[in-house]
Amino acid sequence: MFHALVAIKQVPDTTNIRIDPETGNLIRQGVPTILNPYDAHAVAAAVEWKRKLGGMVTVVSMGPPSTVTAIRECIEMGADKGVLISDRKFSGADTLATSYVLAETIRSIHEKEPLSLILFGKQAIDGDTAQVGPGVSVRLDFPLITYAVIIHDVNLEEGYVTVERKTERWNEVIKAPLPALLTCEKEIAEIPYASLPDLIYSLQYEPETWTAESPVLFDVAHIGLKGSPTMVNKVTNPEKHARGEVIQPKDGIEEAIKLAFEKVNAAGIFSSISGGAK
Amino acid sequence: MTRRFWVFIEQEEGKVHPVAWELLGVANKLAADIKDEMASTGEEAVVEGILVGHQVEEIAKEAMQYGAHRVYVVDDAAYKHYLNKPYYTALASLVEKYQPEVFLIGATTLGRDLAGSVATKLGTGLTADCTQLEMGEPKGSTKKLLLATRPAFGGNVIATIVCKNHRPQMASVRPRVFPMPEPNPQAEGEIVREQVFTDNGVINAEIIKIIRNEASSAKVEYADILVAGGRALGGPAGFTMLKELADELGGIVAASRPCVDAGWITYDHQVGQTGKTVRPKLYIAAGISGAIQHKVGMQDSDFILAINRDPDAPIFDVATVGIVGDLFEVIPAMIKEIRAQKEVEHANT
Repeated sequence: MFHALVAIKQVPDTTNIRIDPETGNLIRQGVPTILNPYDAHAVAAAVEWKRKLGGMVTVVSMGPPSTVTAIRECIEMGADKGVLISDRKFSGADTLATSYVLAETIRSIHEKEPLSLILFGKQAIDGDTAQVGPGVSVRLDFPLITYAVIIHDVNLEEGYVTVERKTERWNEVIKAPLPALLTCEKEIAEIPYASLPDLIYSLQYEPETWTAESPVLFDVAHIGLKGSPTMVNKVTNPEKHARGEVIQPKDGIEEAIKLAFEKVNAAGIFSSISGGAK
Repeated sequence: MTRRFWVFIEQEEGKVHPVAWELLGVANKLAADIKDEMASTGEEAVVEGILVGHQVEEIAKEAMQYGAHRVYVVDDAAYKHYLNKPYYTALASLVEKYQPEVFLIGATTLGRDLAGSVATKLGTGLTADCTQLEMGEPKGSTKKLLLATRPAFGGNVIATIVCKNHRPQMASVRPRVFPMPEPNPQAEGEIVREQVFTDNGVINAEIIKIIRNEASSAKVEYADILVAGGRALGGPAGFTMLKELADELGGIVAASRPCVDAGWITYDHQVGQTGKTVRPKLYIAAGISGAIQHKVGMQDSDFILAINRDPDAPIFDVATVGIVGDLFEVIPAMIKEIRAQKEVEHANT
């Protein structure tokens, strides 16, 4: 049976973030949270393949209880089951500790309901590290395919997947045995419109909630702050640049451009702006 | 004792990614940061490159010109093309053998795939996308550690991260965040050939096809001149106008995130927190408001010329020179002015 698991994260909408100018701390109150956009596309891909092959899609997230909102959004898109891993003991986790918790959760699910694909978004927009997916693949020893753009084939009989991934130099098609772990670009699938039954079902949906002790007993040395080798030493506000000269064209745009180009030339970067870089 | 500062030398098909040389420059600076500690303990600090591939030894010599004192080379047909597990297994085994203090990897698509895997295999800390690196004393420590500084929450804050109890202290750095060091053609060093044990279990995926699209892929991070457009362009047609200006200047077109999200231009043109970091000689920002996520990707450009209708647009806070005006008037007038200047220059020669 096809079984896809998608690891998702609820993130603050970084385009709407506010910072306390005095302390440099994030003002969490009133900051909207969203399902990480890359994860939404990963869920869409999983649902698309479930519709082709049958089977099921499980969504997993580690986060505070409010993460239930993001899980419901995935149910609305067509995921069948959600697992919320939530416990104060997990807080302060860096990417290594996060990959431990997700890997052990996925291992436990895989033992009961074997997985074909594990999907992550390529990165979360709050941390932008892109480290957790690769970390989980190492812990589970599943093949890793990052920056996936097209799932060409999922062959359950022969047990392999072929996936096109996008690198800086070229696109390449990778063939790997199942279960394989993919981190997904947005191109992997379009976000579907919710069907009415899925929408109604999602509104009341309550995910399974896992704690640090049950149903998996996590090793306290590997979770939360204690399990995190990196720690924040200090947080500051970004440096303010010296504001440059702003030209308000009074004598016409042509004059303003001439003046601006003179300044570019005077900066010594070019012999002249029309002559290209030195 | 030798304190080792390691740099992964990324290459594909014998072509080095320039970020490797940028990191060798940084690694030398880090080694210099602990000179005072070494004077009292008699330790030595060395900068070493890690090179994995097939028939790549020539690159090792080049690495020395950019500041590697020694290069470990893993050369085997099995490493001809990058694959996650063979590469992370090789790197992890070298780390276990030589115990480096710091390990830097470029935050490219290849480097990000690799760095998270190596760090997890070793159970150590990795700080992604650092914008500043130094060896310094963190709170509550008298021994110098790697202080890895990076933007967080979309660039709204700057966080300094330390890894106290695990080694190596790993960091990834995007291309162009640090300047390219001057190569020294006389520099010499040692090449150490490493055999890494590989069995079939290490190969768990295969590349069945490579689709080359180099012509269509923009290299904004290494361009000298960028003409970047923002939301105010209003649609894909606006980029045709920017391309005309870029062609006149010998530059290429870049974009802010909303343009890419809207599908006006492809992702390889995107500058900013979720796109590329750039530091061109000239960055023309047309109709870009200057959200912090964009600024963190371009504020180190040598000269920023911003065009925006709104005199209060935050882009003017980082601009060297700004023009308040409608880009649909300013850009065509710029093209005209440059063509006029070229004619004058042509007449004078």
